[in-house]
Amino acid sequence: MPDWFIRFPSEINVDITGPIDRAIDYMVRQWDPFFDGITKILRSFLNGIEYIVDRIPWWLLIVLVFIVTWRVSKKIGKSILYSLLLFLIGAMGLWPMMNITLTLIIASVIISILIGFPAGIIASSSERFNSILRPLLDTMQTMPSFVYLIPSVMLLGLGKVPAVIATTVYAIPPLIRLTSHGIRQVDKEVVEAATAFGSTKWQSLIKVKIPQAMPTIMTGVNQTIMMAISMVVTCSMIGVTGLGQEVIHSINKLEAGRGFAAGISIVIIAIIIDRLTQGIVKKGESRIEE
Amino acid sequence: MKNNTILEVKNLSKLFGKNKKAALEMAKGGSNKVEIEKKLGVTVAVNDVSFKVERGKFFVLIGLSGSGKSTVVRCLNLLQKPTSGDILFEGRSILDFNKKELLDYRRTKVAMVFQSFGLMSHRNVLENVAYGLEIRGIKKDERESEARELINMVGLEGWEEKSISQLSGGMRQRVGIARALANDPDILLMDEPFSALDPLVRQDMQFELLSLQKKLNKTIVFITHDINEAFKLGDRVAIMNEGKIIQIDTPENMAANPANEYVESFISSADKGQIYSVKHIMQTPLCMLQPKDGANRALKLMRDNGVSSAYVVGEKLELIGILTLEDAIKVKKGEMSLNNAIIREILTTKEDTLISDLLSVAATAKYPIAVIDNENHLKGIVSKAAVISSLV
Repeated sequence: MPDWFIRFPSEINVDITGPIDRAIDYMVRQWDPFFDGITKILRSFLNGIEYIVDRIPWWLLIVLVFIVTWRVSKKIGKSILYSLLLFLIGAMGLWPMMNITLTLIIASVIISILIGFPAGIIASSSERFNSILRPLLDTMQTMPSFVYLIPSVMLLGLGKVPAVIATTVYAIPPLIRLTSHGIRQVDKEVVEAATAFGSTKWQSLIKVKIPQAMPTIMTGVNQTIMMAISMVVTCSMIGVTGLGQEVIHSINKLEAGRGFAAGISIVIIAIIIDRLTQGIVKKGESRIEE
Repeated sequence: MKNNTILEVKNLSKLFGKNKKAALEMAKGGSNKVEIEKKLGVTVAVNDVSFKVERGKFFVLIGLSGSGKSTVVRCLNLLQKPTSGDILFEGRSILDFNKKELLDYRRTKVAMVFQSFGLMSHRNVLENVAYGLEIRGIKKDERESEARELINMVGLEGWEEKSISQLSGGMRQRVGIARALANDPDILLMDEPFSALDPLVRQDMQFELLSLQKKLNKTIVFITHDINEAFKLGDRVAIMNEGKIIQIDTPENMAANPANEYVESFISSADKGQIYSVKHIMQTPLCMLQPKDGANRALKLMRDNGVSSAYVVGEKLELIGILTLEDAIKVKKGEMSLNNAIIREILTTKEDTLISDLLSVAATAKYPIAVIDNENHLKGIVSKAAVISSLV
């Protein structure tokens, strides 16, 4: 039996590494002004959010979490627990770090919504757009993030800006998918009714389809936030400060306690945001479902 | 005479699939639905259907599921685009409408009621009913007062602010009907509106729909698979099978002369009392007299005709009451006046009353039931025996 029958023949060789390297090289050199522009816009956007987050008094945030938890769960125990957990982050001395991390998460989620929501709507009505989008979303979700983290550093420099882009790339797919899915699964007769009464396409989208799909869309937002949080540590690899960096530093210095403190803080943020957004989703669902 | 046709469907066909042209040729060549689907993979939902609907009439399309009836009704407001054929609204093809005209047509001329209601669960009852007005850009207080009026009309006052999930099936469909009426359309398209409701609620809704239609004088195109419902509601009924209309007629004529075995088997499942109305079984009263005729003449008439009571009518045949044989003898003896002897509180009915609705009344009636028209003129009588024998 010939060797090539079992082993993949080494004579067959497709080289994609070279072209990709050259393309990125070319982009770094030729498109510099373009990426500079993007960097500037994103940086001022991030600075704006940071400015606001930094000026929220710590106690106000705790009170806010208490009130919102009460409103969605109507459970006093939960409200106190979440407020205490948030207080714990401050007590561990990690409040400033948390603010930086929150800034990054908020910025990524806002960008994800701004892009993902319209993209989801288009995908819900265009089969063609959907068929292009689907493999792209699969790639974005499964491609190891380091792979595009490094080129984005080459193009955008170290720091928060490439981190926001990398986080957005990773976090946006569920929002697009669930927006599209939510709109597609709106009851057929309800959509027919909207059309039959003489709604324009725009009216039936704004007044019927989106409100009907809102619980599903909010589930997408929830997942997008969760995925953005999970990128925090990865992003600290490219020089973003905050809770993620605390984790990396403590690993490098073998300080298990410090690592856990930061890790627990990330978990606390994740739990609070997840429960609150899910609570909002459930409230919306109970209103819409029969 | 004025042309009273509001909606005319001409040779309408609707096919689903890729090779529609070839399939349409096959259908014209007389191939049936199954052959075409097998050969070309095209579904012929509606095949060369034509009918006219007159203004203010109740037109019913009946067929089993898959007969194409829902597709036909969806073509009437272009939720489905016909593959071929034409649909004329007041003599104008709705297929020629531009975007704005189509929106206007849907907003003000036709409204639709759906089988599973098609209500928007994120809006409350009031907002659902006002939806059609809202998208036309009518101001909030104006559309809400209009919507409240309709909510009252369908008997849901007090439920305006409730969410749809709090309503029962029957109430939901009332919201659906109120929403459809909100735009004051000429035509109501109703796609099996009562099929999802339980039988008792369905009967109530049918009755209320009929009285609403009479009151508002709307044209209704109604879809159902229930022959009893079709015969009860329809002025004219079209029966569909495999995308074709087999027969269009009044319920009475259809029951009397079914076009083929299919129609016959469909009708045999119907309750006869639902088809036949009083006018099919009423008789001419043998014995009629006027108050001025006097007791002697009354007695002679009853004797000659072999009956024990006579109908007393005015000069223009307007019904006054009944005179019985016993009372006529008393009048003759001078024991009472003729005027007092006439029994004025008697049972009456109308020509188009369904026999099934008359059954319980007939069972307790002492005398034959008088059939009168809207001006109280005596048209005939219905005996208890005739009512009961018509059902066997």
